[in-house]
Amino acid sequence: MTTVARARARSDRTTVYLLLLPALLPVLVLSVVPLLRGIYLGFTDARAGRDVDTSFTGIDNYRELLSDDLFWSAFRIGLVWAFGVTILQFVLALGLALLLDQPLRFRGFARVMALVPWAMPPVIVGIMWRLVYHPDAGLLNEMLYRGGAEGLRHNWLGDFSTALPAVILVGIWAGMPQTTIVLLAGLQGVPRELHEAAAVDGASAWQRFRSVTIPNLMPVVIAITSLDFIWNFNSFGLVYVLTAGGPGGRTMLPMLFAYEEAFRYGNYGYAAALGNVMVVIIVALLAVYLRRRLREANA
Amino acid sequence: MKARRTTKALQYVALLGYMVFLGFPLVWMLSTSFKPPREMVEIHPTLVPHNPTFDNYVEAFTEQELGRAALNSLQVSLATAVLTVLVALPAAYALARFKTRLGTVALGWVLLSQLFPFVLLVIPLFLILRQVDLVNTHAGLVLVYVVWALPFALWMLQGFVRNIPRELEEAAAVDGATRLQTLRRVVAPLLAPGVVATSLFAFISAWNEFFFALVLLKSPDLATLPVTLARFVGVEGIARLGPLAAGSLLATVPSLLFFAFLQRRLTSGSLAGAVKG
Repeated sequence: MTTVARARARSDRTTVYLLLLPALLPVLVLSVVPLLRGIYLGFTDARAGRDVDTSFTGIDNYRELLSDDLFWSAFRIGLVWAFGVTILQFVLALGLALLLDQPLRFRGFARVMALVPWAMPPVIVGIMWRLVYHPDAGLLNEMLYRGGAEGLRHNWLGDFSTALPAVILVGIWAGMPQTTIVLLAGLQGVPRELHEAAAVDGASAWQRFRSVTIPNLMPVVIAITSLDFIWNFNSFGLVYVLTAGGPGGRTMLPMLFAYEEAFRYGNYGYAAALGNVMVVIIVALLAVYLRRRLREANA
Repeated sequence: MKARRTTKALQYVALLGYMVFLGFPLVWMLSTSFKPPREMVEIHPTLVPHNPTFDNYVEAFTEQELGRAALNSLQVSLATAVLTVLVALPAAYALARFKTRLGTVALGWVLLSQLFPFVLLVIPLFLILRQVDLVNTHAGLVLVYVVWALPFALWMLQGFVRNIPRELEEAAAVDGATRLQTLRRVVAPLLAPGVVATSLFAFISAWNEFFFALVLLKSPDLATLPVTLARFVGVEGIARLGPLAAGSLLATVPSLLFFAFLQRRLTSGSLAGAVKG
């Protein structure tokens, strides 16, 4: 390299850094640093208040979590919620994506409709479903009455046994669009020739679905189910508005539990510890899932 | 032939089922928003209001708290949109035009940061903002929103920059334009749609956000729309459901417009998986 070229390269690099700095600096200060500090807080006894001494307590928080019944309950509910929503969402979204991939009439309209839940803020989705579940003025109870099943009328969000399923249904509704759109994109990426070749060879629709569509769609499926699971496990706003964790803690997701610990009781360290546990659990579950899928793909 | 027709019919039935599931809650909220208080307490509510009224909308508009919250949301979202684009624009240009490993690092960070629950982020953010006296201010919230929207905005914008042929810039340079002139006369006009889309994205993500606003703003005067609406929930009597539904619908309008704008791209799959819910 000549000296001139080298000088140019150096000035280029300076320009690049100057251009990137205004974006990188805030991300560093308000995203990377807080996250590292948050992880550290999980090993301290930090509490709310301006002049409270914070000291490093090692794994004390985690020992306390292990014997905290409320944590275990939140953890269990979180897993039921995250798995329930992710799996049902995926099945329903796959069905819808397959339909939208067919040459049906009203397909354009249906595609727009499929996007609507996505366009709504979680808080509004929560409010809307409260209207649907409302024991007196709600749509669901009225439909049951009209359908002659008055005995099934319920205080859906207020009853111990129905609160969690009711909330899961809303979770499915709210998250279906992303999953559907991604799967639809994946379906459209499956080469048509493969389908035609399989049809020529006499494969039935079901056989084509199993041996052409599914294998080609697999990478997309793995990506979107993983992301859905992470988002669901960490979700907050929707259930906060629907039930705020009630009745009797029946819908107390881990995030709601952590929020209460941190901002109602001021136990910052404990809440951060809970956050750390959630990260570890998610990473562990994803690792198992991805390894199994990869092994299947290679088998 | 008959089997095929049955399949088609079943497909339409299934599609109808999906549309009812997806659409009905929305229709119900729409219906509720047009019902006068008298109809809210009826034993058997109807889908079509007997005496539809705009009162709920008028009330939602004039309700002091909701009006102020809408104004707060507007301020915060506009500031977020403008700042995000200003900060992202030079960086996106650099990422698209110069080879640097930082692009990969940035994308890696976006993916990695998805793993962490907000609670891990929000406590330290709260502490940091308190140190510089930005807790309970719109400025502090805007800063958080900008950082939150930035990774995706960067990624979106640099895609738009990449679509502008490098040859155009080189041609301008050959014609004797300075770098700045090239950027202003050649790049800026072509980048305008990208800037619009990116600022819309930042606007909507701030407009819809709930958790940070809930934690970082303490005074009700400063609360944004989602927080104020959420506060109505639970304390609302049955008679107040109408205004709540009307306010909620009004609060959804900006993001509905945004999605209408992006709809074509989304369904064609070119942006799929890119927008976080």
